[in-house]
Amino acid sequence: MKRKKVLAVASLGGHWIQLLRIVKPMEKYYDVVYFTTLKKSKTMVGDKKFHCLMDFNRWNLWKIIPAFFKVLAIIAWERPAVIITTGAAPGLITLMVGRMFRIKTIWIDSVANVNKLSKCGSLASKWTRNVYTQWPALANGRVHYIGNVFEN
Amino acid sequence: MIFCTAGTQVPFDRFLKIIDELAADLDEEVVAQATKGHYKPKNIRYVKFLPPNEFNELFSKARLVIAHAGMGTIISAMLQQKPLIIFPRVAALGEHRNEHQLATAQKMKELGYVYVANDAEELRELVLRTELKPLHRIGDYASQSFVGGLCDLIGSSTSEKKSLLRLPSRFHLPFVNLLKRKPRKKK
Repeated sequence: MKRKKVLAVASLGGHWIQLLRIVKPMEKYYDVVYFTTLKKSKTMVGDKKFHCLMDFNRWNLWKIIPAFFKVLAIIAWERPAVIITTGAAPGLITLMVGRMFRIKTIWIDSVANVNKLSKCGSLASKWTRNVYTQWPALANGRVHYIGNVFEN
Repeated sequence: MIFCTAGTQVPFDRFLKIIDELAADLDEEVVAQATKGHYKPKNIRYVKFLPPNEFNELFSKARLVIAHAGMGTIISAMLQQKPLIIFPRVAALGEHRNEHQLATAQKMKELGYVYVANDAEELRELVLRTELKPLHRIGDYASQSFVGGLCDLIGSSTSEKKSLLRLPSRFHLPFVNLLKRKPRKKK
């Protein structure tokens, strides 16, 4: 049987480190394509497929427009079955474009958000049902908890 | 060697200044990575940005890591068994978009995973007078139950609209094969 293709998206830094902790063990079962905001991060994923996007956040929002088209192109090219992201703005854009293609999307909120869900996370919960927090106290009807990246 | 890092998105001059002043009283090499701001450090080796391989190299050489409350650094320190002091960014001073670093630092301290310093005195006290050791250890990957739970989610049928197109096998009508998008071949 053909293996499912998973597109793993995160911006640089903590989001990316967390994503790798979650997605690396999945490589056994799925074809994983990585997508982040720094070209040199390719060294961290070995021979897996890799795409790059410019970084942006709420403070330089205009970049959302070129980023949107880049994301659109990559999703159209890769046609993943599932999109999994740990966040920040680039993850949210990819998730939204993914929903337009009716792709299953999973948002895992960063472990850094201990008191409330991140802004991007609560936006994501309007788009997809699969929103996960990493702290049990933040779980509710729309946001689920099944563990965090610290546990062994 | 002491390695300091403050992420790549936003400058963190307050942190850099405190580290720079502290380094004057230490007879140890201090390397700091932070996005370029206005402050010019004098007593430390300062770099604007480090690619992942150089970052890891410095990180593994370091005796002690001092950092903003970034999750990447916290996880790396736990993985590599490094003592870690967290110096959180304060959004009220324009150092981040929201106050989550304060909350993260507080939580990590509560759990006993890291040391936390909020100002120059606290940091000085920790670096100069405390016996620092790695406080928490984690494995290479997230827990089996967490990853397994997500795999179950990925594995379940993709979207309802697609599954409606797949007709049940008992309708053996001549045109059913035409409706199927891709007839599956068994190996």
